[in-house]
Amino acid sequence: MHDMIALTALGAASAQVDTFDGLRIAECPYWALASLATRSGHGAEIADAAQTFLGAPLPGVGLCADAVPFHAFWTGPDRWMIEAPHDSHEDLAARLKAAVGDAGSVTEQTDGWVRFDATGARCHDVLERLCNADTRRMNPGTVTQSRIEHLGCFLICRASEHFSLYGPRSSAHSLHHALVTAATSAL
Amino acid sequence: MIIHHPLLGPRDAQEFTYLGDASLIDRPDWQAEHAVDRFHDYLYLRDNPAGEHRELWFHEVGDRSWLVVTRNTLTHEITSVELARDVARSRGRSK
Repeated sequence: MHDMIALTALGAASAQVDTFDGLRIAECPYWALASLATRSGHGAEIADAAQTFLGAPLPGVGLCADAVPFHAFWTGPDRWMIEAPHDSHEDLAARLKAAVGDAGSVTEQTDGWVRFDATGARCHDVLERLCNADTRRMNPGTVTQSRIEHLGCFLICRASEHFSLYGPRSSAHSLHHALVTAATSAL
Repeated sequence: MIIHHPLLGPRDAQEFTYLGDASLIDRPDWQAEHAVDRFHDYLYLRDNPAGEHRELWFHEVGDRSWLVVTRNTLTHEITSVELARDVARSRGRSK
């Protein structure tokens, strides 16, 4: 039996948390991800299958759908990302593929991304220095993509002062450095 | 420059990358007669209009969709933005 220790995207055994005056930036390694894309001409089948699997309709343009334990967000025309707790849904992609069959293409995404959650009243002061997105005008339950530190990231507004950032996992240190540097400068 | 994405609304041009003339959608049939000549023209010959130009842009740092943007090359005014897949399908290019 191997005795291996799972490491987070930042290479530590536990998740990195940085606190500032009015802002908390936390690495969130406990989530599984799978992407879903509609195959041409199968939109209605995907909508039905996904609703049965998730318990909620797939979200429209720029929106998220919460259906505990799942969270789905729109990533492009006929494409979505599905998020679920890693402990209970490590095989999320396989389960999703079994649900949608040949109507959709599913790709395992869990280890492709790193998630940082920015919470607190000052989160906008930091995000406005990092990306184009007008986070103050984003409503809870919306998602946008933007460039942060030269990286294409998903920016999910979970509440008015709670944002999740998904960036490429291989650049986790760069993204974390950008967040902490901006927070140190702004707060 | 701001590009009004058909789905996402106004977006800064820095989020996009430019490919070129939208006529690239009209890929020649490789089985057609004179296919080699047609591919030569498709690959190497471009119009260079001073005025309205239809061109392909990729929303790289966004929803990663391809757009057909109609832009005036003299004024940079953008008069139309369409999803490239809609344009391609309207020309019978997609299944």
